[in-house]
Amino acid sequence: MIYGYLCEFPSTAALYSAAEKVRDAGFRKWDVHSPFPIHGMNEAMGLKRSILPWFVFFGGATGTLTGFTLQYFTQVALYPTIVQAKPTNIYTIPAFFPVIFELTILFAAFTTLFGCLALMGLPRLNHPLFTSRNFKKFSDDGFFLTVERRDEKFDREKTRVFLEELGATNIELVEEQGPA
Amino acid sequence: MANGTTTAESTASAPMEREKLVLNKRSYNWITERICGVVEEPQPLLWWLMFIPAALIATLVPIGLIILISTGVGVWGNNHPVGWGWAITNFVFWIGIGHAGTLISAILFLTRQKWRTSINRAAEAMTLFAVMCAGIFPAVHVGRIWMVWFLAPVPNANGIWQNFKSALLWDVFAVSTYFTVSVIFWYLGLVPDLATLRDRATNKIKQFCYGIFALGWRGSNRHWNHYEMAYLLLAALSTPLVLSVHSIVSFDFATSTVPGWHTTIFPPYFVAGAIFGGFAMVLTLMIPARRIYNLYDLITPKHIDNMAKIICFTGTIVGYAYLMELFIAWYGGNKYEIAAFENRMFSGYYYWAYWVMMFCNVIAPQVFWFKRARYNIVVVMVVCMFVNIGMWFERFVIFVTSIAQDWMPGAWDMYHPTWVEQITFLGTFGMFLALFLLFIRFFPVIAMSEVKGILPQSDPHYNEPDPDGAGSQPEEAKA
Repeated sequence: MIYGYLCEFPSTAALYSAAEKVRDAGFRKWDVHSPFPIHGMNEAMGLKRSILPWFVFFGGATGTLTGFTLQYFTQVALYPTIVQAKPTNIYTIPAFFPVIFELTILFAAFTTLFGCLALMGLPRLNHPLFTSRNFKKFSDDGFFLTVERRDEKFDREKTRVFLEELGATNIELVEEQGPA
Repeated sequence: MANGTTTAESTASAPMEREKLVLNKRSYNWITERICGVVEEPQPLLWWLMFIPAALIATLVPIGLIILISTGVGVWGNNHPVGWGWAITNFVFWIGIGHAGTLISAILFLTRQKWRTSINRAAEAMTLFAVMCAGIFPAVHVGRIWMVWFLAPVPNANGIWQNFKSALLWDVFAVSTYFTVSVIFWYLGLVPDLATLRDRATNKIKQFCYGIFALGWRGSNRHWNHYEMAYLLLAALSTPLVLSVHSIVSFDFATSTVPGWHTTIFPPYFVAGAIFGGFAMVLTLMIPARRIYNLYDLITPKHIDNMAKIICFTGTIVGYAYLMELFIAWYGGNKYEIAAFENRMFSGYYYWAYWVMMFCNVIAPQVFWFKRARYNIVVVMVVCMFVNIGMWFERFVIFVTSIAQDWMPGAWDMYHPTWVEQITFLGTFGMFLALFLLFIRFFPVIAMSEVKGILPQSDPHYNEPDPDGAGSQPEEAKA
């Protein structure tokens, strides 16, 4: 079973212009791999802005509500304690702000981490690309472009020629592991 | 059109060229080799010469705590007026140090200060270890340590809930949130670099361990898209968080009525002090690390210069706050407040500590107005040591002098730390250093993926300079 083509480019500039051409050729299931995020690559690939902020907004809002509920119900409804002659009632809500704030941040940060992992589809233990020896360079100084077989426009011969025309080197056909 | 070109050219050759953040035109591979080399090669002798004593000193922490817990809080020097002595001083000292790490990783990120990339990883690690050291003191100070779970908002057998109006409980939430968010931020930043270590691993064990923590990272741009957003969000969340943490720490004092504590200037003053002390500690750690691991091209004199400027700036804010406290004590006309400051400065038990603080925190950093001082490593290290000492004294002065001599002279008493407190505090330094050295041993000490991203050739619109080396390339070829 084929996973797709993996090919290499010499620099960010080359990868960037190749990505623009792959995008314009109408490919959908393709990706670039680089040791660091390349400025402007999202536009070159035609990617939309990440939707993560929405997750985080609702995560943070959950934290706000949790903080308020935790304090209001335990302090005012369940067990009102008078400490230092200060009662606890609706007017003492400002004293609850610090904990509300901290829980907002805490929940939002957890949502950021887990939301980001979920959107990325990580963690995963293996990936077909890791079968390529050359691909190991992605975390050092290699710039790669992959086109998946699942893409409707993928054609074993034509895609390879297309990548060659873009100036790609080390074009490899990556095999999918596991039960075929 | 002709005009446009002329402007671009004259900008490129402008006399005020930015200093390069990575010197000697290093390649991506050089960065990988140099930083991974720190982890992969055997540690230099100096590492062992520091690690072994640090680890031995760190054992003083469990020793001190076992004595404390098995005997009782009486083994510390706390007495009746001074219910909070070294424990709270050390807590605030350590937590303040942590704040510089978050400032570098979050606030400098939001303000697009690219120079942060060489120091943010180590500074974030320092944050975590400093917060660990900080957490020890209030946790064991509760007296009956086995009741410490009462701090958590869980129902207990008596149906009593925590007093959420108490600044001390706010502290519990602030510090635990701060630690958790700092861990998330640090770890998320590490993932691409752990993948580098995984891909370079020479044996199965390394490959497995780094592989697990690298989460299967493959540098995909579809991932970077979410990753960069997550990083930005965490920076945006950490920025108000770090300001809130030290503000809430200062509420422990500011919300009381003790003269010398009851001041509205405390939150900004504590935050500035925390950043001030934290930057000094970052430099204290990074200047030796840079030398030992030969990271001169990555942590350049420009980085040290920038941090020295921040120390000078925040030190001046702190100095302003000290003077403003005095002014308000006089201007407010409250005789207890005036008396508290007279005692603090001249006639009190610990007047000398005030002047140590003043010298170390306000006078010493002023040398950083001079460029020659900022570029002289010895001067920078000496000033940072003064600041490290001075910031500890600042907390001691604020906390202990205010309560040793509070309202009624009949209740005044001197506070002396006992040897148990002293070894515990000394132990936290060993613990901090040992943890930091272990971090250097096992993790990339500089964020490789971030440093690579700021190299000029990382810009997708960068044009290779002529092989003759003639053309002066614009530093940042912005589209």
